[in-house]
Amino acid sequence: MKIAIASGKGGTGKTTLSVNLAHYLAKEEKIVLVDLDVEEPNSGLFIDANLIHQEHKYKMHPVWVEDKCTLCGLCQQVCNFHAIIRLGPQIMVFPELCHACYACSELCPVNALPMHKQKMGELKHFQKEDLTFIESRLDIGQEQAVPLISQTQKYVDRHFKKEILKIYDSPPGTSCPVIEATKDADFIILVTEPTPFGFHDLKLAIDTMEQLEKDFVVVINRDGIGNNEVVNYCKAESIPVIARIPNDRRIAELYSRGELIYEKHPVFKQELESIKQFILNYRNGGVS
Amino acid sequence: MKEIVIISGKGGTGKTSITASFAYLGGKDVVVADCDVDAADLHLLMNPDFAHEEDFYSGELAKINQAKCTFCGACAEICRFEAISLKKDQYSIDQLNCEGCGYCARICPAQAITNETLNVGKCYISTTKTGSKMVHARLGIGADNSGKLVAKVKNEAKRIATMTNKAFVIVDGSPGLGCPVVSSLSGANFVVMVTESSISGLHDLKRVYELVKKFKIKAGCIINKSDINPKISLEISAFLNKENIFHLTNLPYNENFTKAMTIGQTIVEYDHEELSIQLTNCWKKVKELANQ
Repeated sequence: MKIAIASGKGGTGKTTLSVNLAHYLAKEEKIVLVDLDVEEPNSGLFIDANLIHQEHKYKMHPVWVEDKCTLCGLCQQVCNFHAIIRLGPQIMVFPELCHACYACSELCPVNALPMHKQKMGELKHFQKEDLTFIESRLDIGQEQAVPLISQTQKYVDRHFKKEILKIYDSPPGTSCPVIEATKDADFIILVTEPTPFGFHDLKLAIDTMEQLEKDFVVVINRDGIGNNEVVNYCKAESIPVIARIPNDRRIAELYSRGELIYEKHPVFKQELESIKQFILNYRNGGVS
Repeated sequence: MKEIVIISGKGGTGKTSITASFAYLGGKDVVVADCDVDAADLHLLMNPDFAHEEDFYSGELAKINQAKCTFCGACAEICRFEAISLKKDQYSIDQLNCEGCGYCARICPAQAITNETLNVGKCYISTTKTGSKMVHARLGIGADNSGKLVAKVKNEAKRIATMTNKAFVIVDGSPGLGCPVVSSLSGANFVVMVTESSISGLHDLKRVYELVKKFKIKAGCIINKSDINPKISLEISAFLNKENIFHLTNLPYNENFTKAMTIGQTIVEYDHEELSIQLTNCWKKVKELANQ
């Protein structure tokens, strides 16, 4: 089973919830936590586990072979991403714009654009008792997160059985990286805060999940600040709010030091227990 | 005209609240651009009038004309994005997976595939509560090409600033390191990085600064919630010092950030004490640095 933890707005507590929930559940069963926020992966800062495997991740792009090229210009015509252009007597490739569709390479009449691989990031696989942690990290200067997110999910699918519980710490926002990170999940936990920014971005996230036809529930973090808009909205729309984590400076302090919060904060632990019960119930086919 | 971009790497550090304060303090001298198009929130504090609205088209999506399809399967074979599959006796496009590369349409022997241009969002030009102009956008759900929409918002803001002879464009950048941030940063004169005193804040600051360095843009940093973890704040200060980044100010953990936001105000409108004074001084400093 795959659970994605997402949010429209950044900084609402996705990583806090992901790492605490993963540790908490791993006391009783095998858990795989996957950090798919490849641009700014933070889950690893909270995890003390042994590195058991690491690999480079690559993406493909064409490389011009001058000797073979007849400068027909077809490559430029077929590229929808302006990643390849003919400039006088030469062909220029812009790998950062290339989506690796292979059109230019395979349609080139003289095979002058073979595809080569370029490193885009790194995947690391950690283990500690029943907790597995997988992190992918985009190289700085690489602009496309989606290919790395997709390859990371494939790695997880290859290495872990379907029934193992997996938690995906997803990137913020509502655009392509979020879709990639959540589209295979069984259900999504949207973490929000009860402020106008939190509420506004929660509605965007809900629109996204509805478009993907995904089951989703809400966790309210920093409960007690701001106003009641989020709660009232969820009630009116019949969206389950499965936990409310209080606004407490001590939680922010524990987080700032990279510590697990439930070990030192009983109320937080109680909320985590509610989330756990929800997950177990969901897995057993219970109605949300 | 100088362009000041505010970014954070990590979300939730107070970037938008600080941007809004600068925009408020800048008054009619500035044009504001909300380039956090993925989850745009600046309008909640600046009260823009959405006077001018424009659809934004970018990218394409493949569409199969079932009447023409001969079921040869060539499209599914060449698609690298697993976007075409045989479902219920017909080839269909998975819209979420389609990258709009157009390869399938080019090779379809029956010419059964066409590419449709996508409406990926809306772009607005508004007047805000301070009387300044603001360019902002709303990205369609799950849309690709947010980098291009960011470029559009920014270029529009720059055009207005040049035409109306404004001193500054203030840009609320996107989180992360990917294409929207790269778009936000390109062409900037000064970048303000907003971080917080947590290990994640420091980690993300280091990564986003690597990106800023590639652009060779002068940078300053605000450490927000600096009293949450004084030890990390010192570590961040040391990092700023080592990298020659201007340490603009340390702001305390202060719920006035949220309280101001809750009634739709910027911090400098709501708070009349230390926080407001700090932000006002900070804005002066940012203007000086951007003009150097």
